[in-house]
Amino acid sequence: MGLTVDYELKETILLARLNGELDHHTASDLKESWQLALQQPGIKHMVLNLESLSFMDSSGLGVILGRYKELKAEGREMVVCSLTPAVDRLFQLSGLFKIIRFEENERYALETFGVVLS
Amino acid sequence: MNTNMMRFSFSSQSRNEAFARVTVASFVSQLDPTMDELTEIKTVVSEAVTNSIIHGYNSDPDQMITIICALSDDEVELIIQDEGVGIPDVEEAMEPLYTSKPDLERSGMGFTIMENFMDHVYVHSREGEGTTVTMNKQFNRSKAMSQ
Repeated sequence: MGLTVDYELKETILLARLNGELDHHTASDLKESWQLALQQPGIKHMVLNLESLSFMDSSGLGVILGRYKELKAEGREMVVCSLTPAVDRLFQLSGLFKIIRFEENERYALETFGVVLS
Repeated sequence: MNTNMMRFSFSSQSRNEAFARVTVASFVSQLDPTMDELTEIKTVVSEAVTNSIIHGYNSDPDQMITIICALSDDEVELIIQDEGVGIPDVEEAMEPLYTSKPDLERSGMGFTIMENFMDHVYVHSREGEGTTVTMNKQFNRSKAMSQ
């Protein structure tokens, strides 16, 4: 059970969906592919969908916060959506709820960037 | 009181993090924990094993980590041991958001998560000798108290 990531471009928004388990082992590959995906031309902001993340620990918090900081330094934004209760609890514990913007679902998160799905 | 124990050791490689937490969860399942309790156990195993790999052994893949797990009545005791570099200042290491390796994108939340998800967390460490994390948790406390 590793981690797979689907990247999709919605207009100028990078949408990333994580499936599986995010720990120290899977975090390093994720960081690499995520940074590559963000280098595609024309991407302004991003949405991270965690609906299918079956496990996450503090290594996951680290890699998400790392990308958040990189985006922010470039004046870009990341919105995280569709948290499972277990993942939600980790974000609460770490205080990341006060830093990162969270939305209930993917459609709503994309809408906040002006992407309307048909 | 019947105590049921198990012990296993594995190489300090990150691919074993999933193996370690799934193995412990499988053993602990005998106590019929809730899904939330099982997630908590998996998470704390992952945190402690990751600490041993990254900090205890500085990512040297050829060292060993040992996990001992004991079940008695509705309580689980977890011991996670390495023979790595040890922690010079345990109190500082356990502070929320403290990390000795910020360049590796560590969140500094490992011990905070362990303390939140378990009833007791005790860290014994000696520089140059290694670190032992002992954690206890009682399951279904509300159910037990209402009986």
